Amino acid sequence: MTAAIRAVGLTKRYGELAAVDGLDLTVERGELYGFLGPNGAGKTTTIRMALGLIHPTGGTIEVLGSRVTAGHGPFERVGALVEEPAFWSYLSGRRNLEAFARAGSGRADVRERLDRIDDVLNTVGLADAADKRVKQYSQGMRQRLGVALALLGNPELLVLDEPTNGLDPSGMREVRELLRQLADGGTTIFISSHLLAEVEVMCDRVGVMARGALVAEGPPGTLRGTTDRIRIQVDDVAAARAVLARLGGPDMMVAGSASGPGTVDVTLSDGLGAADVNAALVRGGIRVHALEPQRDTLEDVFLHLVEGIDVPR
Amino acid sequence: MFRVELSKQVRRWRTWLLAAALAGIPVLVVVAVRLSPPPPQNSQDAPPFLLQIVRNGLFAPLTGLALVQPFFMSLAIGLFAGDAIAGEAQSGTLRYLLVRPVRRPRLIVSKYAAAMTFTGTLLLIVICSGLFAGGVVFGIHAMPTLSGTSLSVVDGLVRILASGAFILLAASGIVAVGMWISTLTDSGPGAIVATVIVAIASQIADQIPSLHAIQPFLPTHGWLGYTGLFRFPVDLVTMREGLTVSAAYTAVFLTLAVWRFRRRDITA
Repeated sequence: MTAAIRAVGLTKRYGELAAVDGLDLTVERGELYGFLGPNGAGKTTTIRMALGLIHPTGGTIEVLGSRVTAGHGPFERVGALVEEPAFWSYLSGRRNLEAFARAGSGRADVRERLDRIDDVLNTVGLADAADKRVKQYSQGMRQRLGVALALLGNPELLVLDEPTNGLDPSGMREVRELLRQLADGGTTIFISSHLLAEVEVMCDRVGVMARGALVAEGPPGTLRGTTDRIRIQVDDVAAARAVLARLGGPDMMVAGSASGPGTVDVTLSDGLGAADVNAALVRGGIRVHALEPQRDTLEDVFLHLVEGIDVPR
Repeated sequence: MFRVELSKQVRRWRTWLLAAALAGIPVLVVVAVRLSPPPPQNSQDAPPFLLQIVRNGLFAPLTGLALVQPFFMSLAIGLFAGDAIAGEAQSGTLRYLLVRPVRRPRLIVSKYAAAMTFTGTLLLIVICSGLFAGGVVFGIHAMPTLSGTSLSVVDGLVRILASGAFILLAASGIVAVGMWISTLTDSGPGAIVATVIVAIASQIADQIPSLHAIQPFLPTHGWLGYTGLFRFPVDLVTMREGLTVSAAYTAVFLTLAVWRFRRRDITA
């Protein structure tokens, strides 16, 4: 089966400035892919090229196995939210969906989309407000209606640009749960975000974009790399420090409160694993309540990749 | 897409406001003429047919058309054609229509057809309102033509409807220009104003004697050709010239609009 999205050397130049610069990207079918990057990294330009809204100046992009050129592509099978949602504010939410349902081609498809309106309104929790004019909607309601519109054509691929913008935390959680559910049901989802915490909890794979190209890609866990730091909770911090000092190793760093029960952060040196530290502590008569590997947060990785600087620990 | 466009516009207040304003114009004229009939010596400055209303209500719809055509119809074309693409771009709905997907040439052609339908409907409203007001106040009688012969009431009605159809077809060129302007900008009001300015500037240029060399090629040059329907014999030559110019503008500017719109990056 062909990839859901495949970009090869995709480029968009505006004069001297390259918004997207030789992007290679593959999103497999059934995947929930998080497309990360700071504002201005080229995420929206990439999405607009995938949807045939913008002409690439170089490279190619395929969606669901078909080559996309401006205005042409298999968009009947794609649902999209591009930047903020947009509606005819003088029409009700339902009438907006009706207009979009009728606008596409194919008599049978129109019928099918019209029949799905109640479903998608229910899915996003807008059934009660469906007959109000969009003018009266809050930003969160507009965002939900945008998601409803993207779902209207029962798409194989959902392309969502910052879908939780303007939602409160519970609305964000609902959208995340909805997307996870759709992905588990077989829909491929490509979601862009500048909020890292958002993708960390739901995506199968993330790609990080900076200055028009992909700088890292992988499952959210592996992207953060292996860890060389552990955090230990002990009943006697002072005694633990003494044991750790004897264990030696120039890279070991001990922090935490001076005495009594508390936490000690250790940076491991070469050849010394978390298990060794634990064994030494136990031999020294210290009770270890917890020992957890410390990973960089995705934010750290992200800043590192995007800014090209190491994050102070 | 054509039907979607119609149903959207019908649910807009401004469409109804425009329709109400246009329906009011012939009524206003009939009432004004009834209250103070214009003295015949002003006949050179008066719009066509105005002086005839007092004798025959059939002239009310014609006077209405003559009054509406230069400005209000241009405004309507601005709202329906100028705003067609630019307005969707401004509200952001354009990108959602295109990813639905609606193919770009189809969007242009559907919107053009809808703009023509609405312009035609407004002209029909003017005719009906004029017939009603004129008929009630002055009665319906056989019509004298501009050449001095006479037309039966039925014949007169047919020619009044034909006038409306002619005015619509003669306007199709400006509607196409409006569609093209609409593909150039993401500002709805900007495109509306630009379209109205083109229509009015063309009519003004048509009045300036030193521009007579280019006048036959102005998109509004043939707009008054419908008066030929009220001559004996009917002045088909002038009418055909007007419609030819209009058809040429339609062909050129619709093609330009589609070409331009297909090449364009949709960043709004």
